[in-house]
Amino acid sequence: MNVSKRLWIRTALGAAAAAALAGGAWAQGQPVKIGLLATLEGPFAAGGADGMRGAELAVIQRGGTVAGRKIEIIKASSDAKPDVAVNATRKLVEQDKVDIMVGPLSGGEGIAVKDYSKTQPQVTFINGGSGAQATTLVNPSPNFFRFNTEGGQWMVGLGKAALDKGYKRVMIIAEDYAFPYSQVQGFMAEYCRLGGKVPEKAWVPLGGKDYSSVIAKIPKDVDALLVVLGGADAVNFLTQYENAGGDKPMLGGSITVSQDVLNYKGKRRDSLVGTLSAGPYADSFDGAEWKAFVADYQKNFPVSKGGFPSPSLFAYVYYVNMKAALDGLAAVNGDLSGNQAKYREALSKMVLKTPNGDVRLDANRQAIGTTFVTEVVKDSKGDLTTKVVRKVDNVEQTLGIPPAQFKIGSRDEPSCP
Amino acid sequence: MSAAQWRRAMNGGLAAAQRPRPAAPRAVPMPAPAEEPYADSDAPRWLKYLWRTLSARHVFVMAFVLVFPLVATPFFTFQVAAQSLVLGLIALSLAFLAGYGGMVSLAQMTVAGIAGYGIAVLGFSSSPEISLRWPWWVAVPAAIAVAVLCATLIGWLSVRTEGIYTIMITLAIGVAFYYLVLQNYSVFNGFQGLRELKPPTVFGIDWRAPVPFYYLSLACAMAGYFLVRYIVRAPFGIALQGVRDNPRRMEALGFHVVAHRVAAYALSGLLAAVGGVLLAWYNALMTPGSVGTGWMINILVIAVLGGVKHPIGAFLGAIVFVLLQTFAIDVIDRERFNLVIGLVFLAIVLFSPDGLLGLWAKLRSRFGPNQVLTSTQRRHP
Amino acid sequence: MSRSRLAAWILIGGPIAVFSIWALFDNTRLYLVTLLNGLTLASLYFIVASGFTLVFGLMRNVNLAHGSLYLLGGYVGYVVAGWTGWWILALAAGFLAAALAGLLMQWGILRHMQGQDLRQTMVTIGLSIVVADILLWIFTGQVYQLEAPEWLQGPIREIPLIRAYGAFRLSLLGFGIVIGLFLWWLLARTRVGMMIRAGVDDRAMLAAAGVNVNLVFAVTFALGAGLAGFGGVIGAVELSMVPGEDIRLLLASLIVVIVGGMGSVVGAAIGAIILGLSETYGLAYAPTYSVVFTFVILILVLAFRPRGIMGKAA
Repeated sequence: MNVSKRLWIRTALGAAAAAALAGGAWAQGQPVKIGLLATLEGPFAAGGADGMRGAELAVIQRGGTVAGRKIEIIKASSDAKPDVAVNATRKLVEQDKVDIMVGPLSGGEGIAVKDYSKTQPQVTFINGGSGAQATTLVNPSPNFFRFNTEGGQWMVGLGKAALDKGYKRVMIIAEDYAFPYSQVQGFMAEYCRLGGKVPEKAWVPLGGKDYSSVIAKIPKDVDALLVVLGGADAVNFLTQYENAGGDKPMLGGSITVSQDVLNYKGKRRDSLVGTLSAGPYADSFDGAEWKAFVADYQKNFPVSKGGFPSPSLFAYVYYVNMKAALDGLAAVNGDLSGNQAKYREALSKMVLKTPNGDVRLDANRQAIGTTFVTEVVKDSKGDLTTKVVRKVDNVEQTLGIPPAQFKIGSRDEPSCP
Repeated sequence: MSAAQWRRAMNGGLAAAQRPRPAAPRAVPMPAPAEEPYADSDAPRWLKYLWRTLSARHVFVMAFVLVFPLVATPFFTFQVAAQSLVLGLIALSLAFLAGYGGMVSLAQMTVAGIAGYGIAVLGFSSSPEISLRWPWWVAVPAAIAVAVLCATLIGWLSVRTEGIYTIMITLAIGVAFYYLVLQNYSVFNGFQGLRELKPPTVFGIDWRAPVPFYYLSLACAMAGYFLVRYIVRAPFGIALQGVRDNPRRMEALGFHVVAHRVAAYALSGLLAAVGGVLLAWYNALMTPGSVGTGWMINILVIAVLGGVKHPIGAFLGAIVFVLLQTFAIDVIDRERFNLVIGLVFLAIVLFSPDGLLGLWAKLRSRFGPNQVLTSTQRRHP
Repeated sequence: MSRSRLAAWILIGGPIAVFSIWALFDNTRLYLVTLLNGLTLASLYFIVASGFTLVFGLMRNVNLAHGSLYLLGGYVGYVVAGWTGWWILALAAGFLAAALAGLLMQWGILRHMQGQDLRQTMVTIGLSIVVADILLWIFTGQVYQLEAPEWLQGPIREIPLIRAYGAFRLSLLGFGIVIGLFLWWLLARTRVGMMIRAGVDDRAMLAAAGVNVNLVFAVTFALGAGLAGFGGVIGAVELSMVPGEDIRLLLASLIVVIVGGMGSVVGAAIGAIILGLSETYGLAYAPTYSVVFTFVILILVLAFRPRGIMGKAA
């Protein structure tokens, strides 16, 4: 057979593919294109799916248009790996030519996307759910905006509440990576300052499921355990702890007592009643806007269609960020010209109305918002939910520490044995 | 009398044409040796070799890959083409080991990761307290050297047992490295990894821009490809294939089987290391996720997809993989991407163990005109 | 005992003895609890790894889908427990589901590739990717924790020195011993076991002796897969079911079998004990590098005894 014939077929296919996909710039036309990135694969898949539901809710609330322009959402997925997130973002920005980018979900991805945003000054990047401190504290990017508070801010107020309950010595059990570091720092910044003591910190390797050794190390004289583990691991830990005869009360991190865990299909949930935790929202906060938000979520995404009984953390933060994107567009009447300068200025100066109060941005384009300290209770239907103990407003990223002295949380920082 | 003249005297000429040829066996008829129009000239041997082997398709492909970035969008050049070349280079190291050495090593991504982390630690990155800030012309060779050394060690650990153990052992070693970089903060910066890894600006060109980076990857990929093509025809490569087919006999013939295998690991480690440096520059970061089990298996999938028996298979597999990965979300539910890749991989292994190249060869032999030569055999002995 | 063996025992045993004495004085309770934790974890690893080594020993097939079978058994057990409320039924269902899946794999696919070890392994890799994603599709990434049966729930109190210990966790030890004895009885005292052992030594001879080798293979594969599923149901109670566990258990099986020696059930037991103890002691006394420590043991074994501790000499 003619060898060149095979070559021709190969080249023709290749050229056709290249031509088809080498499309030039999209016409700037009427619809505004917003890229939406969440983790739809891997262990955070359930959270990512809910995050997308939250973002879609913001779009639905505006009827699908803003300032006379139709909103076009283009979705992308990652699996909590930074390189996959950057690839997905790059496709949305360079291939699909989105005007605004909302995402990603996890902390490490957020930092990588922030780095990428510096190379794409023509697109505005708004966070999705990522809560790493370094994203906006270390080398912030001028076109990366975060309208949700981050991991450290989510724990402000828990320290005082713990001392109020009489927990003078707390042991920390957390996973060994950046997000728990920030959560622990948010807790300890206040707790240590008010006189609490943390004699022991147990950093569990990421993905480890066997907590028997950690449980064996719990000293007899601690009053409570601060457990900052993700959904699966928290459930696992609680089971193993009870089976080992443990009975110390627990304090939860923001993702420990989240909807994922309260939802899980086992009977272990009863032991969670009474646990204190803190986070950017509370299921049974009785603010009018919050109730409206929850009702809206439940109406648009009933359980029968795959929604959770109540919006999860990811749904909430994605909703806030997407709402910010759309409110900003409405404020400038849909004008994204001049490298989106007016739009970005509107975003920086905006006071965003969220279901939990107002959110402003600080100099690094990081949100200053509200944190709720909550306690787990059982509602009338027998589902587990949270009740608000305290509401802390205007929480800044530096957690009340002078910015010059602020150090990002790590294994040993802060420390007050 | 040169070899070419002797050959002509024996095979060519009027007398030979009149001599009745034996009927070609129905199995595999080799085509007549190609004409050598320049056999008499004084051109150097390598030039004559080129004239012999080059044909229209080679020229066309070369022209295509050279001209491609000038017609395609930067996105396509960078995310699809350059990424395919880089991943293809790493997969090539695996294909070389598997196809010609008979050892399937899942630790090729680990070696690439070692090189990537090497330039991050020795060069510049976002963590000034970790990076040593050596200039690139020291950091890059040093990182590659370290990675090759590690590849040799991995090889030495893996090859002293039966072939089938290699997969298991390399998988375990790869995961060990993953946990090491995940847990260690003083050198590898743990979960966050090291970011802002940029290629240097040499000769005034920013090598991270899509088109220069594409040409850089193309150069490295081609170098790797031709290196492999050359090695498999050299004595070492032939011996390696002998070791693959029958180690006992090779041992009896006096070849040091373990040494050959370890050397193969070192060579493939070189390929993977270069690929790793490029990958680090492409991603602009190096995190534990880049060297986890997901990517280790992906490289295997890429190599098998294209076919491990011919070096071009790795790049073919990489192109298909990257296209699927980039555009799958537009066609199917991105959530089921892993399912699609798994099914494709399974289908290839079940029905066409030689990968896409093998499939192509089978189709050609089935539907093409009466030629039984498969694409995986070379035209010249 | 030869001198090199004595040297090996002292080199390895010495530091362990020193450490143990120090730890016992430092915090007796921690040391003993960790010992129990390690042995119980080792039992789980042994149950899962014994299936793996059985399949390899006989059929020279590295079944990298072993982790997915573990996950499958766990999920099926969870579902059955939810329907019927009987944990024992869940155990049986998990075992049977995985055994059936294994049988299908062997009969439908792997049987046609006899002798092509590499190709079989790659098929199992592909199957593991596909099965893992299908399970993710059906069960999503949510947490599933199976309830232990009533009579095994909660702690056992009033144990001297360690005060309390999980009842279910302790029962893992029982399961491990029972499975170990069962495998020993099967391999040493039954006809099927005799055929399996003969096949491990010389497949061709077994066929020549008139035994239906394919049947023996199918039974062995089903048994090996069933053990993985059985381990899955137990793991669903103790460790919870979540995507990602399949890779973890697969790796644990790999390490157990590499350290202990391929094709040897006793080797699997030894390897499991080494792995379980090193993991739990690592987590208790040096959590940051505990996992790496485990792999260092693996690499040391590979460097000095490539065939594993109980592996047959080349």
